[in-house]
Amino acid sequence: MLTLTDRFRLLQRHRLIPLIPLAAIILVLPLLFPSAYYYRIAALVFIFSIAALGLNLLMGFAGQVSLGHAGFMGVGAYAVAIGPTRLGIAPLVAFVLGAIFSALLAFVVGRPILRLKGHYLAVATLGFGVLLTIIFTNEAKWTGGPDGMPVQQITFINWTLRRVSTWYWILAVSFLLSAVIALNLIDSPTGRALRAIHDSERAARVLGIDVAQKKLAVFVISAVYASVAGSFFALINGYVTPDVSGFLRSIELVAMVVLGGMGSIVGSFVGSAVLVVLPQGLTIFHEYEHAILGLTLMAVMIFLRRGIVPSLAAVLGGTQK
Amino acid sequence: MAEFLQFTFSGLTVGAVYALVAVGFTLIYNASDVVNFAQGEFVMLGGMVTIFLGYAGVPVPLAAVIAVLITTAVGLALYRLGIAPARDASAVTLIIITIGASIFLRGVAEIIFDKRFHSLPALFGSDPIRIGGASILPQTVVVLASALLIVCLLWAFIDRTLYGKAVIATSANRMAATLVGINTRTIVGACFAISAAIGAIAGVLVTPITLTSYNVGTLLALKGFAAVMLGGIGSAIGAVVGGVLLGLFEAFAAGYVSASYKDAVAFLVILAVLFAMPQGLFGKRTVERV
Repeated sequence: MLTLTDRFRLLQRHRLIPLIPLAAIILVLPLLFPSAYYYRIAALVFIFSIAALGLNLLMGFAGQVSLGHAGFMGVGAYAVAIGPTRLGIAPLVAFVLGAIFSALLAFVVGRPILRLKGHYLAVATLGFGVLLTIIFTNEAKWTGGPDGMPVQQITFINWTLRRVSTWYWILAVSFLLSAVIALNLIDSPTGRALRAIHDSERAARVLGIDVAQKKLAVFVISAVYASVAGSFFALINGYVTPDVSGFLRSIELVAMVVLGGMGSIVGSFVGSAVLVVLPQGLTIFHEYEHAILGLTLMAVMIFLRRGIVPSLAAVLGGTQK
Repeated sequence: MAEFLQFTFSGLTVGAVYALVAVGFTLIYNASDVVNFAQGEFVMLGGMVTIFLGYAGVPVPLAAVIAVLITTAVGLALYRLGIAPARDASAVTLIIITIGASIFLRGVAEIIFDKRFHSLPALFGSDPIRIGGASILPQTVVVLASALLIVCLLWAFIDRTLYGKAVIATSANRMAATLVGINTRTIVGACFAISAAIGAIAGVLVTPITLTSYNVGTLLALKGFAAVMLGGIGSAIGAVVGGVLLGLFEAFAAGYVSASYKDAVAFLVILAVLFAMPQGLFGKRTVERV
């Protein structure tokens, strides 16, 4: 028979607990927004959180790095741009097709790429991302070239999804949903296998884990996360340029994961929030944007290698997912 | 035939620069296991500092020397302030630090200099020399000759001097090198400095041909890295051969296939090499099968 405190402890340890404060913040936040501009910033935070979450599954749990993940954001973004405009596909269908295409692409390139380790893996994923960007830049007939192309808005019969506050709620729910999926995945046998791979591939293999297959699975999932984020990004901007998949964006995603904390779901949100909000606060120093971004990246990697959320958790003595 | 020769010349010129970037990469990688993505920024700094000192009235040869010295100092600072404090970090963390350094240097160049393209006067004028129906700029010959000289000097330094032996010892086993009394911090710092100097010299020499601006570094670093991968990571000869080959591939791809996909060649080469022969042309086989 469980006592009440035992039950409370079990509940405390439930995997979705970290999301409760997050959901509360998301609910209260709009009350503090003085203008639509703040909704937009928050929406961007959710979008990048989704991409960072996916990448975190790959980096934080499976221990595989990708320096080209923005490439999949590009696939998602151009899917919702090209589908409706050039092929007459409904935006929502294009959205799903983009995610499916990203998954297939990840499946095809993942097998050879994930055989590599360390520098080699970093460089191969980087090369893959840059190649996608080069394609988006050069196939001007389809993508509008370096100047990009407009993205049609989502319409239902005669209602158009335009208000940024509506986007806020859609993206908030999408983000929480992605977090729930991620947390469930981590607690599944696959999640445990991934953590085993992270600690020691050899030991994992000895235990009978199909290492290559598990790595590939998480790579595909993380690609879908990035693709979904990319589609949202294009839809909310109403425009897409090859920058969406650029090298700098991939690095930004990695920085979000590491800054928030590898392996921390809440961390991905915190990391994205910092790196999305920080440049907004620095617009007065617009000229210095790159210098500051570079310096932040270095400082984080040198002094905050464990990430904000795990460092805080260690200070507070709690355990955090 | 003339066309082929022309593509070969332009391939060799760009290839010489890739080779110098790749040699710089290899030097740092061997000494410290760091893949330095800021390598391209050294090339940018060499060119840009020379140009802007020139605008300020400093004679170009003196400006070039100062530019190389400044870049060397930047290379040393990168090691002392960026790499040394994170010594025990993972390979990927170190890569991100150097990428951060690269973005930072580019950002600073954007503020101090400007966003336009700039050039330098060529050393021996710009009347092309005609060979077999193709033309070659005198500066191209200068670039190729200097690249050859730098690589030879570097080889002599590594192979023939006591400091060079210390570099080899450090790259083979840092702990053992420390135990026999080598100050590995100094050695690795020196490798960053030399590597930065090589990059800066390449930047000064190639600017009359290719022009330069604050943002040329990233692509150069990526391509230099492709050259390293092609040659086999850690091999100095591999870096040179890889660089020249990559330059030639690019020139032929631009000439015969599509000029707009020229930049894609380097990345296709990276992926092809990694998938087909991850050890590169001259490297040791280390990949683990999954």
